[in-house]
Amino acid sequence: MLIPCPWCGDREDIEFKYGGAAQVAYPTDPQSADDAHWARYVFFRPNPKGTMAERWVHTAGCRRWFNVVRDTVTHTIRPA
Amino acid sequence: MSRLASGGRIDRTGPIRFSFNGTPYRAYQGDTLASALLANDVRVIAHSATYARLRGVFSAGVEEPNALVHVGHDTMLRATQVELFDGLEAIGLNGRGRLSSEPDAGRYDKVYAHCEVLVVGGGRAGITAALDASQTGDRVIVVDEQAELGGRLLGAGWNEWLETSLATLQSQPDVRLIRRATAFGHYDQHLVLVAERRPGGGRLWQVRAKRVVVATGAHERPLIFANNDRPGIMLAGAARTYVNRYGVAPGTRAVIFTNNDSTDLVAADLKRAGIVVEGIVDVRAGEAVVDTGGDEQGLRSVLIGSLTGPDAKREIECDLLCVSGGFNPTLHLFSQAQGRLRYDQGLACFVPDARLPNVDVVGAAAGDLGGRGQGTIMPYWVVPGDGQDWSRHFVDLERDVTVADVRRALGTGMQSVEHIKRFTTIGTGSDQGKTAGINETAIVATQLGQPVGAVGVTTFRPPYVPVSFGLMAGRNRGDLFDPIRVTAVHPWHVGHGAVFENVGQWKRPWYFPRHDEDMEAAVLRECHAAREGVAVMDASTLGKIDIQGPDAVEFLNRMYTNAFDTLKVGSCRYGLMCKADGMVFDDGVVMHLGPDHWLATTTTGGAAAVLDWMEEWLQTEWPDLRVRLTSVTDHWADVAVVGPRSREVVAALFPKLAIDAQSFPFMAIREGETAGIPVRLHRITFSGELAYELWTPSWYGLKLWEAVMAVGEPLGIIPYGTETMHVLRAEKGYIICGQETDGTVTPQDLGMSWIVSKKKAFIGQRSHRRSDTARPDRKHLVGLLPVDGEQLLPEGAQLVSQPDGAAPVKMIGHVTSSYRNGTLGRSFALAMLQSGRDRLGSTVYAPLNGHVVAATVTEPIFYDKDNARRDS
Repeated sequence: MLIPCPWCGDREDIEFKYGGAAQVAYPTDPQSADDAHWARYVFFRPNPKGTMAERWVHTAGCRRWFNVVRDTVTHTIRPA
Repeated sequence: MSRLASGGRIDRTGPIRFSFNGTPYRAYQGDTLASALLANDVRVIAHSATYARLRGVFSAGVEEPNALVHVGHDTMLRATQVELFDGLEAIGLNGRGRLSSEPDAGRYDKVYAHCEVLVVGGGRAGITAALDASQTGDRVIVVDEQAELGGRLLGAGWNEWLETSLATLQSQPDVRLIRRATAFGHYDQHLVLVAERRPGGGRLWQVRAKRVVVATGAHERPLIFANNDRPGIMLAGAARTYVNRYGVAPGTRAVIFTNNDSTDLVAADLKRAGIVVEGIVDVRAGEAVVDTGGDEQGLRSVLIGSLTGPDAKREIECDLLCVSGGFNPTLHLFSQAQGRLRYDQGLACFVPDARLPNVDVVGAAAGDLGGRGQGTIMPYWVVPGDGQDWSRHFVDLERDVTVADVRRALGTGMQSVEHIKRFTTIGTGSDQGKTAGINETAIVATQLGQPVGAVGVTTFRPPYVPVSFGLMAGRNRGDLFDPIRVTAVHPWHVGHGAVFENVGQWKRPWYFPRHDEDMEAAVLRECHAAREGVAVMDASTLGKIDIQGPDAVEFLNRMYTNAFDTLKVGSCRYGLMCKADGMVFDDGVVMHLGPDHWLATTTTGGAAAVLDWMEEWLQTEWPDLRVRLTSVTDHWADVAVVGPRSREVVAALFPKLAIDAQSFPFMAIREGETAGIPVRLHRITFSGELAYELWTPSWYGLKLWEAVMAVGEPLGIIPYGTETMHVLRAEKGYIICGQETDGTVTPQDLGMSWIVSKKKAFIGQRSHRRSDTARPDRKHLVGLLPVDGEQLLPEGAQLVSQPDGAAPVKMIGHVTSSYRNGTLGRSFALAMLQSGRDRLGSTVYAPLNGHVVAATVTEPIFYDKDNARRDS
């Protein structure tokens, strides 16, 4: 799979580490979050068949984190 | 001899020698093993996998299911693909191939290539596509699995076109032609893996293409009838190839059995070669081969019957039966890229349905079967035999699967070809069912009364051809299997007989045996030196992250459970890190080196993960923090001088440094120089003893180590390895992340609430209030002393509360670290134990194979509980 790093361009997936779903907001004040709210942040992630916004880090390259939208069926990727 | 007097693309100037099953033969350069054997009238090549039936050459290419041979270390090659060379020794396969127990002596390499257009297949369609693509100046790669480009054109009167076209391609600077190269896998974004065969090895090409042209042609498929597997029965197109390309007559008296026009060309070429065509049996004319007769040399006769009329049968004597049931476009690479297939009624085969982006299917692969001369075809699959016996109608020749097996699968109620494939094993042989798959579909469709297209085909998966492990590994074997990391001091360890252990990619000294000492004796000696005198350890493998920026201290406060804002420059502090779920992730010592300048150490194995973790938060959640991170793990050598007499060693090395306990206290940092070596000194301990970690840029590492050994010699200094390090730290109850912890352990579980700040926010803090993490009966870190101090608790042993409880027995914990002896004179262990802190003084049990070890629960510290030695 080729992953488009916004800084380095298309690179092989072995250069990257997967960061899971994107757009999972860190609760602004964790200490005041109730258990259900906090658990949703810690444990719940989408797992769609189709397009998914996700995070990658170019570990063996520029080490930058970035978001892409990937189709989990076809593996077509576009920048988020 | 069945070698024709003339013709073929073989080099007749000098014969070469080879042997088969120990018998010497002669043939020519340009032969395959299959054509050479046919030229020498060797008809029986192998015995089939399950029924040990005689099998001969069935095809002239990669689809061969029968003629499997053993050559050197390769135990399952297709004779149709083995290029003959002088001295080749081959053995026909008897049943199943066996893996060689010898290391593969082949030389394999990996090649990475990029191009605009990758053309797979060098036949007419592929060469045409390559000519078109090369006009634009694009980088073009053409791969073809045969020794010569040309595909079915070879020996078929296309020589002039072929030579001109190849000359044109070869004159283009950006066109690369790779022969003997089989594209076997088509992956995301057009990564195509290609196996290139080379003398004594091969190359694995990883080609990244903008566009892939699938010009892979078509495989002829057989018709199925009783006893359709005898040597002498072969695909009609293959017989033609042997005559035209290799100048070999695969028989003397031939019968042709067909359902399409392609055999017209076959009959003409066989006749021209002097082979008597005894009959052409055409299902379109209402006739079929219903059975065959033979002996230990293979086919001797065919029995021909009417498809519709009465049972009048006639027998024809022959030694060659050329069979054509039509053609299957070779769409593996298209299908692997998620291309969908549809059944074409008129062509009686599966063709590409919708186009895939950047994948062009051309020629016979696209269903253009004009070149193969298919013409009109009457879809036909299986000739019924006498009565109900279908056990000699072979569908998959390599797997020895018959129509009877398919009917049995259907009888169990299976309807999906995927299920039937797995039940019967059709298509799971090393030939991947290239001549069997579509026939399986057609049989299923016929039996179920469904259209062939509705039944569909099984999914094509890589690899298209068998690929050796040696090719996949390339040079990544032996010492090159994985990078080996060594410290600056490594040569000294090697020279002094260290026994090494692997810690991630690092080679670390495990212990330093003297003479014929075993590990236990060495560790006792090393522990004694560290506890009573002075010893030295190479700690250079610790992960090290340089942290700089005005917001560094705020960043550290958020990352670690404890606070750093009170830590002065020139001091260090132990830190613990959790993930968002509140579980311990890593630990290490954080050093405050200067204004806005810090350095964090990590566990040896966790260095890369911690850096990624820090970067993740810095970049994704806190981009406002002005902090920069750099891995400096390899920049520093770390020589740990340990023991009550370590101060004397350091004093001798740094005479100008004030080194008494007040001037250089625990957790302080000093700068110094010895023998021209710049050194940063830290009073840190991982043993519980008075200790100094001496850091120097890696270049000086060995020199510093040697300086330490030299001044320590009068004091009896000795080196110690990771085993002694583990024993010393376990005696002090110091955890190792990844050994005591496993991603389900909180700082509180470890009895380390003292390091969890209540005054500031950090990652994972909120999770410590979750009902599950806050409950009192979680597993706690405890010490265990086996009642019999000679007994060793195995690490990982499960713990129970009763020595002989009835099943099911409740597991209440597990041993995380365990050692036979160190300083205590007895065995001891650390464990995670349910409500462990409430069980101090009680006895728990580890049921092992055949016996039970009883152990007393203690606090997780066995030595110097008040830290008097550490702070001395």
